[in-house]
Amino acid sequence: MTSFFIYKAILVVVVFGIMLMAAMYSTYLERKVAAFIQDRVGPNRAGPFGILQPLADGIKMFMKEEIIPEVANKTLFIVGPCIAMLTAIMAGVVIPWGGELVINGVPYVLQIIDFDFGLLYVFGVVSLGVYGIMIGGWASNNKFSLFGAIRASAQMISYEIAMGLSIIALIMMTGTLSLREIVEFQAGGTGSTWNFWNVVYQPLGFLLFLVCAFAECNRTPFDLPESETELVGGYHTEYSSMKLGFYLFAEYINMFISSAVISTLYFGGTNFPFMNDLGLSQNAITILGTLAFFIKIGFFVFFYMWIRWTLPRFRYDQLMYLGWRVLIPLAIANVAITGLVMILTDRI
Amino acid sequence: MKSLTGRAKVLDNPKMTFKERIYLPAIIGGITITLRHLFKRKATIRYPEEKRTFSPVWRGMHVLKRDDNGAERCTACGLCAVACPAEAITMTAAERKPGEEKLYREEKYAATYEINMLRCIFCGLCEEACPKEAIFLTDRLVSTDYARDGFIYGKDKLVEPVDKRVDVSKRQTPNVLEFKKIKHYRHNR
Amino acid sequence: MTLYAFYFLSFLAVMGALMVVFSRNPVTSVIFLVMTFFTIACHYMLLNAQFLAAVHVIVYAGAIMVLFLYVIMLLNLNEAVEKQKTLLLKVAAIVTGGLFMIVLSAALRTAETSYIDTSVVGSARNLGKVLLNEYLLPFEAVSLLLLAAMTGAIMLARSRKRIKPAPNVVGMTHEREQTKTVVHEQ
Repeated sequence: MTSFFIYKAILVVVVFGIMLMAAMYSTYLERKVAAFIQDRVGPNRAGPFGILQPLADGIKMFMKEEIIPEVANKTLFIVGPCIAMLTAIMAGVVIPWGGELVINGVPYVLQIIDFDFGLLYVFGVVSLGVYGIMIGGWASNNKFSLFGAIRASAQMISYEIAMGLSIIALIMMTGTLSLREIVEFQAGGTGSTWNFWNVVYQPLGFLLFLVCAFAECNRTPFDLPESETELVGGYHTEYSSMKLGFYLFAEYINMFISSAVISTLYFGGTNFPFMNDLGLSQNAITILGTLAFFIKIGFFVFFYMWIRWTLPRFRYDQLMYLGWRVLIPLAIANVAITGLVMILTDRI
Repeated sequence: MKSLTGRAKVLDNPKMTFKERIYLPAIIGGITITLRHLFKRKATIRYPEEKRTFSPVWRGMHVLKRDDNGAERCTACGLCAVACPAEAITMTAAERKPGEEKLYREEKYAATYEINMLRCIFCGLCEEACPKEAIFLTDRLVSTDYARDGFIYGKDKLVEPVDKRVDVSKRQTPNVLEFKKIKHYRHNR
Repeated sequence: MTLYAFYFLSFLAVMGALMVVFSRNPVTSVIFLVMTFFTIACHYMLLNAQFLAAVHVIVYAGAIMVLFLYVIMLLNLNEAVEKQKTLLLKVAAIVTGGLFMIVLSAALRTAETSYIDTSVVGSARNLGKVLLNEYLLPFEAVSLLLLAAMTGAIMLARSRKRIKPAPNVVGMTHEREQTKTVVHEQ
């Protein structure tokens, strides 16, 4: 029992640390990707290739003067970034970071907790994330912040529906809400019985989920809540110092988590090709699987940035049009088509 | 309706095709372009380690030249100040005292000579106006400062030191020097 | 341990509910209401009704309360705007609250705790089987009702304005007119 708690505690600390590190280095990666796409070199002064830049940024964030506006609602002004950060980190609990690691004959699963409704848990936590933005935007007592907050809430609600509908087809296929079981569903078979990743069966569902994930993370082209060209900084206009840092961090953690969810749902999670054919031991497969998982996550984080520096922002009516009149009907059609195919191929 | 310039074009705004409407091919086109840029050579010059080469005709910070004996060439005639389109140059003239022949070449010299580097547009007209070959623009940079006062360069910064002559031959090539001798051009007189 | 969790969550839920009523600022009220919902969702978890808990959080805390907050933010209610209640309203509130209390206590007095085998109910799989086998007809009836409500809402929203907004959505519109424009080039 005690060893169980120690193992879980270590896992929690490690996952927490990985998420914070990922968020830190996402800021570095963001600046590098932006620079490279614009034919520049990006940060290269702090350490070799500028790899200490996130550290310098963090120190700067802590040292900056903290300003709380006179007219702001002080309590809620502080609560806002806390909620944003809390909900961002909470979602990491159910992600299956790896398979089973057998040490001294005791299996250790590299996942903090496996709810059998894991996917719904992620949805619930993500849907709470908007409160951080809304409260912060409202408590700033600034028109731009309020606009940002209102845009964020409307956008979140609109895209949550499309997101939920887009994974129903996937759940129909896999027949489970547990993220671990979804990963196991995609585990590669051996020899003649191939088992493809879900993206092969659900290309449309994947596309819809990806678009909705972009919208839920407030990333370009859906970054209307913080659009700096129109709303100064959107909901975090009035924020400074580490409270601003919390918002930015929360955004990057959200990005990391959503990349992890996309990889888990559609790209096999910890599975990698030929994993059962190479004749590796269980532990080696687990470690390589975790590595593969992080490569996939890294790719999607990069993809987020890639899109950010490619596409311009949507107009607000375009955003709503896309959410309600394109994505939702497509998602429903996807559910219907998947059901039909499942009936025709007797896969129920 | 006929346009005034005669260059008006009638734009056709046709209905979008299905391919255009689904928007994805356009996105894929966009991300391939950005991907290509990701691997392109970077245009950045990493400044302190790597310096940009100046073009041979670069006009930078001014220098007030001395002659071969180390005496200042400037005679404070004020032609440069008159020629200056930005009115950046001011000076006060003074008469040379006996015994100062080593310091000043002509009988009149500039007691103060100031160029406001914030006003200066580095056009080089002062250099062209100078009848005494005293002022030249060099390939040195005007350094930054925190205060506006720091950009008013006096003689201390403009006159070249005796032991550290400033090379102006980069722009004053033999061709240029030859050209300056042709007296029937008005500005060479 | 479950018992302690129950006490802790109950304390939070009750405190949250009280703060909803007592806080002067409507936005604070909404936030405490969200907290109450969240703790109640945790109570569902303790009862092994995980699906219900997740849906409770997603629907109530994640969607409906966001809309509440949205409206309150737009109304810009301040503490100063709050009207003083009349004596009649106060008396009416006390009487209503008292009556509700009586009903509640009467209901709770005769209620008896029943044992539920938590291993067979609650999870999404079991709930889905029960809903779509035993209670298929009521389930479909409820969905029809929701569909009708949704259609009604859309109809109400549409009939107010007949003007069709022309979305000039690049890449997504279907009704982009065939136009010919003259553009002067320099």
